[in-house]
Amino acid sequence: MARPLVYYAHPGHKYSHVNRYMARAAAAVDGVTFVDLYRDYPRFDIDVNVEQQRLMDHDVVLFQFPLFWYSTPSIIKEWEDLVLEHGFAYGHDGDKLAGKRMMLAVSGAGPKDAYTHAGYQHYPIRTFLTPLEQTARLCKMHFPAPYVLYAALRAPEAGLVEPHIDGYRQLLEAIRDDRYDFDAAEKMDIVTFDNLPIRAKA
Amino acid sequence: MDGILLLAVLFLVAGVIAVPIASRLGLGSVLGYLIAGIALSPLLHQLHVDVVSIQHFAEFGVVMMLFLVGLELEPRMLWAMRDRLLGLGGLQVVLTVAVITGIAMLLGQPWSIALAVGLVLSLSSTAIVLQTLNEKGLMKSDGGQSSFSVLLFQDIAVIPMLAFIPLLAIPELADVATTAAHGAGESDHGSLSLVDRLDGWQRAFVTAGAIGFVVVGGSFLTRPVFRFIAMARLRELFTAFALLLVVGIALLMIVVGLSPALGTFLAGVVLANSEYRHELESDIDPFKGLLLGLFFITVGAAIRFDLLFANLGSIVAMTIGLIGLKAAILYALGRAFGISGSDRWLFTLGLAQAGEFGFVLLSFTVANSVIPAAIAQQLLLVVTLSMLLTPLLFIVFDKLIAPRFARSQSREADEIEEQGSVIIAGHGRFGGIVNRILLSAGYKTVVLDYQSEQLEMLRTFGIKVYFGDAMRPDLLHAAGIEEARMLVIAIDERENTTELVRYVTEKYPHVYIVARAMDRHHVYELWAAGARDIIRDTFDSSVRAGRSALEALGVHPYDAERQVRGYVLNDKEHMFELASVFDPDVPPHENAEYVEKTKTYLDRYEQAMRGNSAAFGSRLDRGWVPPTLDDLEAEITAAEPDDEST
Repeated sequence: MARPLVYYAHPGHKYSHVNRYMARAAAAVDGVTFVDLYRDYPRFDIDVNVEQQRLMDHDVVLFQFPLFWYSTPSIIKEWEDLVLEHGFAYGHDGDKLAGKRMMLAVSGAGPKDAYTHAGYQHYPIRTFLTPLEQTARLCKMHFPAPYVLYAALRAPEAGLVEPHIDGYRQLLEAIRDDRYDFDAAEKMDIVTFDNLPIRAKA
Repeated sequence: MDGILLLAVLFLVAGVIAVPIASRLGLGSVLGYLIAGIALSPLLHQLHVDVVSIQHFAEFGVVMMLFLVGLELEPRMLWAMRDRLLGLGGLQVVLTVAVITGIAMLLGQPWSIALAVGLVLSLSSTAIVLQTLNEKGLMKSDGGQSSFSVLLFQDIAVIPMLAFIPLLAIPELADVATTAAHGAGESDHGSLSLVDRLDGWQRAFVTAGAIGFVVVGGSFLTRPVFRFIAMARLRELFTAFALLLVVGIALLMIVVGLSPALGTFLAGVVLANSEYRHELESDIDPFKGLLLGLFFITVGAAIRFDLLFANLGSIVAMTIGLIGLKAAILYALGRAFGISGSDRWLFTLGLAQAGEFGFVLLSFTVANSVIPAAIAQQLLLVVTLSMLLTPLLFIVFDKLIAPRFARSQSREADEIEEQGSVIIAGHGRFGGIVNRILLSAGYKTVVLDYQSEQLEMLRTFGIKVYFGDAMRPDLLHAAGIEEARMLVIAIDERENTTELVRYVTEKYPHVYIVARAMDRHHVYELWAAGARDIIRDTFDSSVRAGRSALEALGVHPYDAERQVRGYVLNDKEHMFELASVFDPDVPPHENAEYVEKTKTYLDRYEQAMRGNSAAFGSRLDRGWVPPTLDDLEAEITAAEPDDEST
């Protein structure tokens, strides 16, 4: 049994179409530790010791957030700046996270074809996520493909919210039960609810 | 009685006229007093006033000054100064005595007289130098500190000198001495002495006992006594007790044959850690100032111009020679001890005169038949003249030397600025927190509170708080408001807070003020009084209580935080708007415009909170509100032509 840790960050929680329901679903999965960063730290005074202990107590760290300006909501940046200390996460003796996995569950407002070189966002979504990917690498963590929902604002009318949330629940359960195929996921670009690399058995 | 009043009026008039003029001309108060004394001297002569005995009385100002100096010096600082005190001070006295003795012997004086002259002239004037250094704000500079070390050593050295001088007695002078002894201050002191008839070891025992009494009494007895006095809540009682303390210790020291200046200095050091330090300082300070002023006037008045003009050439030559000699030794020492730049010059020129203890020693030497009266009178003129020249040397320093080192001087000024502390008025529930925060960030604070019960309690927890009412200008001065960077007003009384803000912004505009306001209206009053950093004492806690309530009602903590921030911002806006119609002379509920504006505001706020007003409350909702689908469409089309062109 792997121990997944979900960090949820959405400052506009109450305006969310998708993320708040994903969060609710994640919090309800047995064996998943769920943290709402904006709830725990409404004034951004992140408790570094608590957070580092959390990281050490889990195998898979999943950040769930809406993509804001091609990056994370600000509290995740604050969390990274404070928690991923030299000597803990990287650098000399900084091997406390080595071998763990960092995963993302992101939603973007633009449609899938916007995140192409021809599209209006100009770059594939993975390009915008490279800072996080390199963060994971520097911390000697694996970085399996992120779980992505495009055109999140249109998801309700397209009927995609339910499948995305179901997929999210399955993903977390599969990680917990060691049924998630991380090797396959690391070779993929992104994962969505309809191509989750989940095995029937551990 | 009439005579005393007449004298008092004469001295006061002379001082009140001469000192401001001298200060205005940049000559310093000391020279002003000296000139006043010179101007008065013919009149005093006419009235047959015994200037010398007044001078002995006024010397008590020096005793008080050393008490105040001691109060500024914690034992720890004194210990840190020990190298300079013994090295610099000791060498200055020893070298100066040796050289002057040698010269006097070359001039044909017997060695005993020569040595006595050396001792008399080696001392500098604590009164003039410390007064001037304080006035010019140079006390904390390297030169000032070094000067102080030397002066302190000299003041201590007077005691063994007084013990040693009688051994130099010349039998032939003894007959003359009996007549000369009358009127000499030290022989008066001698009559009080209890220890004259004691053996050496008994004497040592009594001396040690007296010092022990000052140290132990100062440490353990003053606190309960002060607490007892504080219960009466009468200001003059503190002054009375402070005077009693200083005069009593001086008397004790005289009785056991020690220097009163040293005794009160010691008492000052012992009390430097006391919470009553600033109270004592502000009580004694005016007396010190007046007595020193009187002392300087008598120095001026005692100049025997007939003698001076009779021997003008030789006395002027001796004075200049003395100043030159002492300055040379001081300069060499300053160099050896690594005092650099303008500080070395301050040290050299500042201490080059002979001092008031020279007067004391001179009358003592005459009384003990060491120096013939004729020589003593000439020396008296030399000492006086050198003191008279000291303010001029300080002017030379200010005008000619300091500007050349202007750059290093300005750096020093910055350092002092760095040291500038924060004064916190009131150490209750409000000021206490401010104090702990500042201390934990490494800032120096001076906390004033006048509830002595609370002081006791805080002292036991190791928090340094001083007794005193911050409303008193002299206490603020003693607490160091001149050099302070900031004043935090955390007292409970609303009118007093406003009053204090008005006083400090006017008198010390460089001091940043953080003021505690009781409520919204008080904020307006404080603003009008000149405060710009005003904190309502219950506002932040109420806001937090509101936030806590929201969270407990199930609002997401971050939303609660945003909600509350919005409230705070709107409240600030509201405050500014209402400030423009607030009139301190009209109660708010009778101010029609104020009432009207408040009503509109409350209405608007309610609308905003219910989401009915886009303009006002939108700050709460801005950010993270996703665009509508139509907006989204428009954005994409706006972005796309650009894409197609690529």
